[in-house]
Amino acid sequence: MEKRVTFKGLWLPLLLVLPQIVITAVFFFYPAGQAIWQSLFIPDPFGLSMQYVGLGNFEYLLGNSYYRASFVTTAVFSILVTVVSMGIALYLAVLADRLIKGSGVYRTLLIWPYAVAPAVAGVLWLFMFNTRVGVVTWYLGVLGYDWNHVLNGGEAMGLVVVASAWGRISYNFLFFLAGLQSIPKSVIEAAAIDGAHFWTRFRTIVFPLLSPTTFFLLVVNIVYAFFETFGVIHTITSGGPQQSTTILVYKVFSDGFVGQDLGSSAAQSVILLVIVGLLTIVQFKYIERRVHY
Amino acid sequence: MATVSLEAIRKSFGSTDVIHGVDIDIEDGEFIVIVGPSGCGKSTLLRMVAGLETVTSGEVCIGGNRVNDLEPMDRDIAMVFQNYALYPHMTVFDNMAYGLKIAGTAKDEIVERVDSAARLLQLEDYLKRRPRELSGGQRQRVAMGRAIVRKPSVFLFDEPLSNLDAKLRVQMRLEIKQLQRRLGVTSLYVTHDQVEAMTLADRMIVMNGGIADQIGAPLEVYANPATEFVAGFIGSPPTNFLKAQSAEVTIPGAVTLGIRPEHLLLTSEPSPVAGTVLYSEALGAETLVHLRLPDASLVTVRQGATEPLPAEGTSAGLTWDASEQMLFDAEGRRCDQPAA
Amino acid sequence: MADRTGMVEKRGAGLWLTHLGLIIGLLFIFFPIWLAFVASTVSQPEIVQPPMPLLPGDQFFENYRKALVSGINAPVAWMMLNSLFMALGIAIGKIIISLLSAFAIVYFRFPGRKTFFWLIFLTLMLPVEVRIVPTYEVVANFGMLNSYSGLIFPLIASATATFLFRQFFMTVPDELAEAARVDGARPMRFFWDILLPMSRTNIAALFVILFIYGWNQYLWPLLITTDPSMNTIVMGIKQMFPSGDDIADWPVIMATSILAMIPPVIVVVGMQRLFIRGLVDSEK
Repeated sequence: MEKRVTFKGLWLPLLLVLPQIVITAVFFFYPAGQAIWQSLFIPDPFGLSMQYVGLGNFEYLLGNSYYRASFVTTAVFSILVTVVSMGIALYLAVLADRLIKGSGVYRTLLIWPYAVAPAVAGVLWLFMFNTRVGVVTWYLGVLGYDWNHVLNGGEAMGLVVVASAWGRISYNFLFFLAGLQSIPKSVIEAAAIDGAHFWTRFRTIVFPLLSPTTFFLLVVNIVYAFFETFGVIHTITSGGPQQSTTILVYKVFSDGFVGQDLGSSAAQSVILLVIVGLLTIVQFKYIERRVHY
Repeated sequence: MATVSLEAIRKSFGSTDVIHGVDIDIEDGEFIVIVGPSGCGKSTLLRMVAGLETVTSGEVCIGGNRVNDLEPMDRDIAMVFQNYALYPHMTVFDNMAYGLKIAGTAKDEIVERVDSAARLLQLEDYLKRRPRELSGGQRQRVAMGRAIVRKPSVFLFDEPLSNLDAKLRVQMRLEIKQLQRRLGVTSLYVTHDQVEAMTLADRMIVMNGGIADQIGAPLEVYANPATEFVAGFIGSPPTNFLKAQSAEVTIPGAVTLGIRPEHLLLTSEPSPVAGTVLYSEALGAETLVHLRLPDASLVTVRQGATEPLPAEGTSAGLTWDASEQMLFDAEGRRCDQPAA
Repeated sequence: MADRTGMVEKRGAGLWLTHLGLIIGLLFIFFPIWLAFVASTVSQPEIVQPPMPLLPGDQFFENYRKALVSGINAPVAWMMLNSLFMALGIAIGKIIISLLSAFAIVYFRFPGRKTFFWLIFLTLMLPVEVRIVPTYEVVANFGMLNSYSGLIFPLIASATATFLFRQFFMTVPDELAEAARVDGARPMRFFWDILLPMSRTNIAALFVILFIYGWNQYLWPLLITTDPSMNTIVMGIKQMFPSGDDIADWPVIMATSILAMIPPVIVVVGMQRLFIRGLVDSEK
């Protein structure tokens, strides 16, 4: 896509892109390049010089059981967050779409969590499930269940998943609702005339027509779970217990800033970079295709 | 007021040539219509005069000065666009005043000029509105008003009526003509509609594939087309074309014979050409009779409403006055008499 | 959507079931927020003796006053101000540089334009988390730790907004720029008089999204603001938890959490239409 009309000039456009170029170069490309560069070195024990190790950092990482475990943790975490938040959002969107009046009120209320920072969401859920003062913990105790996410890795994972998914419901809800409302009413009515009941209609008509939205949200939610949930994990579990909630981004942070292992942290950044790159390509290829419909 | 002259104008986009050398001298105050089918290069030609497209080679002069390298604003022109190109966030007044504001015109003069243009175009009651609150015809007037207030030497119109419905188009056509007469500003007007061209033009330029096939007064072009293309493009229903030999024409080089529907007469004699009547369309004031010739080509005869209607399916002869016929060679050029 | 009627709409019992289903969803959404609000209005002893009450208490003013004025490490009012500067800086800064560069790449042909376009494309989805260590070093070398510029610049170094404005500019009819040229407008005049006013809704929608993005940042302020007076509220909450086994001051922490939510919630709910339009348009 190109404009037919353009203005003449050479210095003006260069001047116009200059701020973005400078900021992006200094705070984006240079650090990203540094990450790639540093991933090829390890610092000596005193941090005075760097030693070139080629792909050594990567080999070490891939052979490291903690890192591999972090990969699995990330996969489990992302899939759970995506499924839980998209499932709840779809359920709410389908219900809201059935309303003629009042769906606006529900929408206004349901978008609240979007405004809540992941880190704040983490604190809210931590408070409910706090081992000492948490209300939910207390009531679970009354029911005979001893909740302790500080010691139990499975419970910790469950808590960060729910807190992360909670914050994401609004976003998914808005997209699902927009998707549902763009399905022509006549198609659904035709199916109703054919005798299809709600569930049949949903399964055979609505859901297939919603698949572009669903696919888009899948990619976006996985990216969200990978990167933007740092706040949730840091506030609730700090990656514990025994690294059971250490997702890849958290490990970049803990190895780089807490552990001061720059080479390894940089190599991890590079691996993340590749993953994001792949997800971006998938998303854009897909969006590109959709534009041509 | 100014003359405009184009000299050997060419335009290429990359390796594609779209204008293959056009020459024309436009007199001061003249209304010139550039007409042709889509893709013939007529808009490109206009945009080169406006300065919105660069000229690949040749010269554009306005008022005797070469303007090839001048910005649009320095050419003393104003333009009315096909989709009006009104600034959506500005009021009608601001739309019209924008060019004057940029030029640093004094405020009371801007008000005076916009007010008088608005009066001329009956837009006084709409000056505070925004374009989306106006009808198509009103938007069209605002676009004209924007051109008028600047008091340019040349008006450029790029298919200004093509977004209006048929009735409004006829009305606005008249208004444009009257306005141009009253202001006396040299005008270049691009359209694909030959009726607009016929009714508006002092002289028209018929473009075909990047070439000006013919330049002349409308009736002159109609009566004496220079090429087969012009004969077919100007006039409705279009000129009939017969193979020269089947029409018993033996002038050397003549391949095609053109004859306008109103110049054909139906006879009972199957000579020089005969055909089968397909159907007749009685339009009230006139009747169009469509026939199929033996070589399967179609011919239309235009006759008065009172003349007898031939029955469908019957065969009829066609005859014409040889002075009305137009002969074209294999390239489509006139070969019986040179076009004036 | 008023005309979305017909046989598919549920009536009677079905309608009530639909409402019931949505209300259950709302309970799930609002229970954590409600609990935080309740906790911010009761006293510490009421919380540490579980179960805590489920209805608001009478300590509302006391807790919020304490949070805003003294906080735990730094007054929350101060942290909110930091967050506000950061969020505004990110939103306004990014909008300005993106508008300018999108204008350049859409309306000019200049050497390196294609390259520039692909470079900004590259930055589209790479969050700051991926390059934190080297970015931290850059900011530290510039002496921008504990400063607003350090908080802001790295987060506006991506081109999502440029991409968005480019998409929008492409839909602006060519004739408007031509008309402006005929009217005598130079490029910047066209930008200022025509393009900018036409982009108002897009700018506003983007502002909402970027404001929330900026306000809700966590990791980056956590890294570069070691001085409590530069803490933002979202990262400051975590700093309020005591290390070791001490009991957290829950009423103040929860009051702070509510305060951290209020500005973005106001922005999102208040500018709901713009925000939804911006969100759905920008991501699609």
